[in-house]
Amino acid sequence: MSEVNQAEQHDILKKVDPAPWKDVPLVLNNRSYKWVTDKICGIVESKTPTWWWWCFITALCIASFTGMGLVYLVSTGVGVWGNNNPVNWGWAIVNFVFWIGIGHAGTLISAVLCLLKQKWRTSINRASEAMTVFAVLCAGIFPLFHVGRVWFAWWLFPLPNANAIWPQFRSPLEWDVFAVSTYATVSILFWYMGMIPDMAVLRDRATQTWRKYFYGFFAMGWRNANNHWRNFEMAYLLLAGLSTPLVLSVHTIVSFDFAVANLPGWHTTIFPPYFVAGAIFSGFGMVLTLLLPVRAAFGLRDLITQKHIDNMCMITLATGSLVGYAYAMEFFIAWYGANSYEGFAFINRAFGNYWWSYWIMISCNVICPQLFWFKKIRENTPLVWIISIFVNVGMWFERFVIANTTLSRDFLPSSWGYYSPTVVDIFTFFGTFGFFSVLFLLFLRFLPLMPMCEVKSVMPQANPHADH
Amino acid sequence: MSEVMDIKYAAAATFDSAKDLYDAAGKVREKGYKNWECFSPIPVHGLDAQMGYPRSKVPRFTLAGGFTGFFTGMLIVWFMNEFDYPLIVGGKPYFSPIYPFPVFYELTILFAAFGTLFGMFFLNRLPQHNHPVFEHPDFGRTGDDQYMIVIEVEDPLFDDEETLSFLESVGGESVQIIREPID
Repeated sequence: MSEVNQAEQHDILKKVDPAPWKDVPLVLNNRSYKWVTDKICGIVESKTPTWWWWCFITALCIASFTGMGLVYLVSTGVGVWGNNNPVNWGWAIVNFVFWIGIGHAGTLISAVLCLLKQKWRTSINRASEAMTVFAVLCAGIFPLFHVGRVWFAWWLFPLPNANAIWPQFRSPLEWDVFAVSTYATVSILFWYMGMIPDMAVLRDRATQTWRKYFYGFFAMGWRNANNHWRNFEMAYLLLAGLSTPLVLSVHTIVSFDFAVANLPGWHTTIFPPYFVAGAIFSGFGMVLTLLLPVRAAFGLRDLITQKHIDNMCMITLATGSLVGYAYAMEFFIAWYGANSYEGFAFINRAFGNYWWSYWIMISCNVICPQLFWFKKIRENTPLVWIISIFVNVGMWFERFVIANTTLSRDFLPSSWGYYSPTVVDIFTFFGTFGFFSVLFLLFLRFLPLMPMCEVKSVMPQANPHADH
Repeated sequence: MSEVMDIKYAAAATFDSAKDLYDAAGKVREKGYKNWECFSPIPVHGLDAQMGYPRSKVPRFTLAGGFTGFFTGMLIVWFMNEFDYPLIVGGKPYFSPIYPFPVFYELTILFAAFGTLFGMFFLNRLPQHNHPVFEHPDFGRTGDDQYMIVIEVEDPLFDDEETLSFLESVGGESVQIIREPID
């Protein structure tokens, strides 16, 4: 029977002309290896563009707002923030979760897409990893200064101190210390290790002495030898394999900060997957926000192609829809669970004192990305960039909604309150965008923006079995 | 003594494509050379097998790091919360493998990642900022768009003329001797 079927199939194949599978090239215009090397190294080696200085100075000025906010906070006390009773977690936790979430797309691109053999990741992974590292640094500022007496922040780590008391490991906040510091460290290791072969290329091309020393130091004497590549590839794969469970665990543990508490609206099992999806969603929003201008500024259209933008838009669409599903499911469970406190928390979220923030969140996170269903919109780069900004805004509001609606309306109506940020809150948060931009601009200027060896590996010339 | 002395390090030949390198590497291995190496701007797919290299040993370092991390996590939680300063919090046990699991989990990953990176450094004998192969005048291009095979003088089969003509016969270009300066 099966033989007959097979024979029939073969006959059909003879009659029809199967459409050839068209692989969209990942590097357009049949570029050579030399072109890739010159393009990426050229960004670092050429004279600093004027626009870079303008952006850098602007970013420094914006970053100084964080500096001012923190100096004022440390010299006065945490009371200068708008946190009060019952909203003891104001913007600090919102900003922390916001920045940590942004980092997640970098790890997703570098690790998860590596394990899934998604070759298109190669041209965007370095910049996304840089984004991860810088976003985690921005995130760290908020819990660090929220402890109040920041000079005691090292008590969070298991180090002996004068009081002879150790950290207590039953608290999700302590788990967070381990999750976030591990995440920052492993992200930096992964980012650095991927850069070693590219640093060696820059070292070998360098003409100025400081460049020879700088890139030479970080290249560690890398020699492009196959024995090196063999161990490097294995280490890269292993780090990708380690980063994948890491990235899922970090936002899971961040969500435990809320989910382990007994408050309605927080105490739900949906939080870990919902936070991870939201983190990836916001991270891809930020990757688009950063890379579309970079692509235009450095003329990288052959390397970050429309296919890359399409894929990023589609991941944003998928994760945005997942987040939308989670919002709906929270409401369903609040009703289905028949817990009156839980039910109240959700009605309050959508129609209570912070109704406006809820609807900003819904329109930015659920409605906006649906535009990515349309090819015309995905191909309109300025519009994609604007939508990516909305995604960033929406995800900030998601954390605001979760933290504030629940805290401002807790079990006792007598303790209900309304939270508003102070000028110091606003300054500190606004400045982190400058801090982030300063770091990202320095990265663009001094480090290889794309992993040259990986980009070359996905070009047709890399195949040792094909005729050239 | 102002004169720079040098000694012979190896014979080198360049290739223009991954395929040429791959084919030539097979021939070098068949000929029986032992101390030789391929240089390429990318990790060439399948070249390890072609050169007769075994599987990389980096995973052993990763595994060792992971185990160390997991048990370090257990040890610090037990020592700090059960042994050195027991503190009752929330009616939970002083030590349990369950509630501080995120700590063990994160430390497993952290130490495994360090094991991986330093394992890679150790197996590649890095950092090593100087190496005779850097003396090749066109070495920089192996990071750009050129491939190279280097057969060391140390190799038992090495013979000045024979090795150079062999490298030419397998398709190598600009075949030459790399000399290492000494003082």
